[in-house]
Amino acid sequence: MNTASAPILQVKGLSKRFGGFVALDDIDLDVGQGERLGLIGPNGSGKSTLVNCICGTLQNETGTVHFNGHALNGAPAHKRTHLGLARSFQLPRPFASMTVADNIRVPLLYTVRQRTGLVHSHIDLGRRCVELLALVGLEHLAERSPRDLSQVDMRKLELARAVASEPKLLIADEAMAGLSHSEVEDIVQLLLRLNKDEGITVILIEHIMRAVMSFSQRLAVLVSGRKIADGKPDEVVNNPQVVSAYLGQ
Amino acid sequence: MRSWVFLIVALIVAAAVFAAALLVRTTYGDYLLFAGYVVLQYVVLATAWNILGGYCGYVNFGSAAFFAIGAYTTVALHKLGANPGRYLSDTPFEVLGTLLPLSLPTLILLGGIVSGLVGFGMGYLTLRLRGVFFAIATLAMAVVLQTIVVNWDYVGGSRGAYIIRPDAAEIGPVSLAYIQYLFLAMMLLAVFALWVARTIERSRMGLGLAAIRDDEPAAEASGVPTLRLKLAATALSGALMGMAGAPFPYYVGYVEPANAFGLPYAVNAIAMPMIGGTTTWAGPLVGALVLGSLQQIATVTFRSEASLLIVGVLLVGFVIVAPRGIVGLVENWRRPKKKKLKSPQ
Repeated sequence: MNTASAPILQVKGLSKRFGGFVALDDIDLDVGQGERLGLIGPNGSGKSTLVNCICGTLQNETGTVHFNGHALNGAPAHKRTHLGLARSFQLPRPFASMTVADNIRVPLLYTVRQRTGLVHSHIDLGRRCVELLALVGLEHLAERSPRDLSQVDMRKLELARAVASEPKLLIADEAMAGLSHSEVEDIVQLLLRLNKDEGITVILIEHIMRAVMSFSQRLAVLVSGRKIADGKPDEVVNNPQVVSAYLGQ
Repeated sequence: MRSWVFLIVALIVAAAVFAAALLVRTTYGDYLLFAGYVVLQYVVLATAWNILGGYCGYVNFGSAAFFAIGAYTTVALHKLGANPGRYLSDTPFEVLGTLLPLSLPTLILLGGIVSGLVGFGMGYLTLRLRGVFFAIATLAMAVVLQTIVVNWDYVGGSRGAYIIRPDAAEIGPVSLAYIQYLFLAMMLLAVFALWVARTIERSRMGLGLAAIRDDEPAAEASGVPTLRLKLAATALSGALMGMAGAPFPYYVGYVEPANAFGLPYAVNAIAMPMIGGTTTWAGPLVGALVLGSLQQIATVTFRSEASLLIVGVLLVGFVIVAPRGIVGLVENWRRPKKKKLKSPQ
């Protein structure tokens, strides 16, 4: 781990198989408090599987995951969210029958209230919803259905919903896929604000190298379920192993 | 409208309907009360199904089993109450004999508790399944329970059991014919079920269930304890279905597995919310009133077998033309047309 701060996330010896297929093989990964980590790798390298194991969507067979001093093995996903571990999904998964604002109310009611024990009044919830939607620039769409949103707004809603749970660590899984150049820049700036202003540690999983390089303080590379490199972005992209396996040169 | 205001309004409407039913009884006899009881029973069943199926998106094909659990709880306790000395003497439960026979409200409560517990158990075993696998598991549970009842001699097994309905029931100084009493009990149960459903819909739990219905992994990632909420919904839904079934033996006078576990209960419990609309408490109410009334009309004007035909035709029609049901149609009609929005550049 190339960071001076104490790790907020520690993954040790994590492995995951699907039948005979080894999706993750003995992965070690530490993420420091407040750090911006880029996680890259070709399709099928195990990035999303690693996220799913960290977030509790999948259970790893071997290895341990510690988050903020808590052992997470076996804990359901919602408990990990209560501890401050949030994620966005590779394909946006809004609650389609609700309004944009209600999408934000779900984590506010189930995570923040659960954690703090505070019973929020409707006014408090409404105010926080507006704040979060303003943070991502969706406040004018609060009462609309997610079905009405454009692709970039859907991505922003996904991030706002993750941030609504007041996370310490946010894992953004391909939050820029399918977006235009300017929209990618919007999302990068949003993630930077979340990291700098809100103090949220961010793991960015992304194929858009321009975005990853401008965002990340550190880069980890997965290939075929194994971590082959971990270090400063400039060093990692020049690593011969990464160049041959990932960049195809 | 606040929850308690809704309850008071619903009770006033129920009182008005009951008074109207008593008035028309002088002209039409007891038939309207018998028919109205069935429609109200379907209001409870459809509302109960909708808590799990509509709010949470888990389709339960085993509604008839929960209904039958309520009915057979009544049969078992009625038999015990008819001869407590035979079953309870010289047992640690002898003292319970003094509490028997139990009143109808107590039987409804106990039917609900037993069904709720079965619902909780079924949920614990099956709620890790999703979609069609969960639906098949509920169907299998209904078959297993029916097989148990068929082989349970105490409640009559496959022969069935007779329950002699009292002529009248006393409520304080007022004496009601028993069918009036049953109608009143089912009316109050329908009000209770609608109040529970509406309260859930507008609560934190309702938002959590809607999140599960829309996208369960996303709900879990948003901090929603999905398994706990689903268990609560299954238990509550099962309890209300059992409560709907508890007065059934007094209504029909003869209970056998084939009628207590009957196909119409399973089909109507699903079809009525689908036709009325599944995302709101009003949907099952509208569906049950429309479909239940049509079935009663078909039974007396044509033939009783036509009732399921009506359900089938309407269900197919609504799934194709109005998948959000009658309530969805009304909402679409009232909602102004929207344009697709783009974010400001």
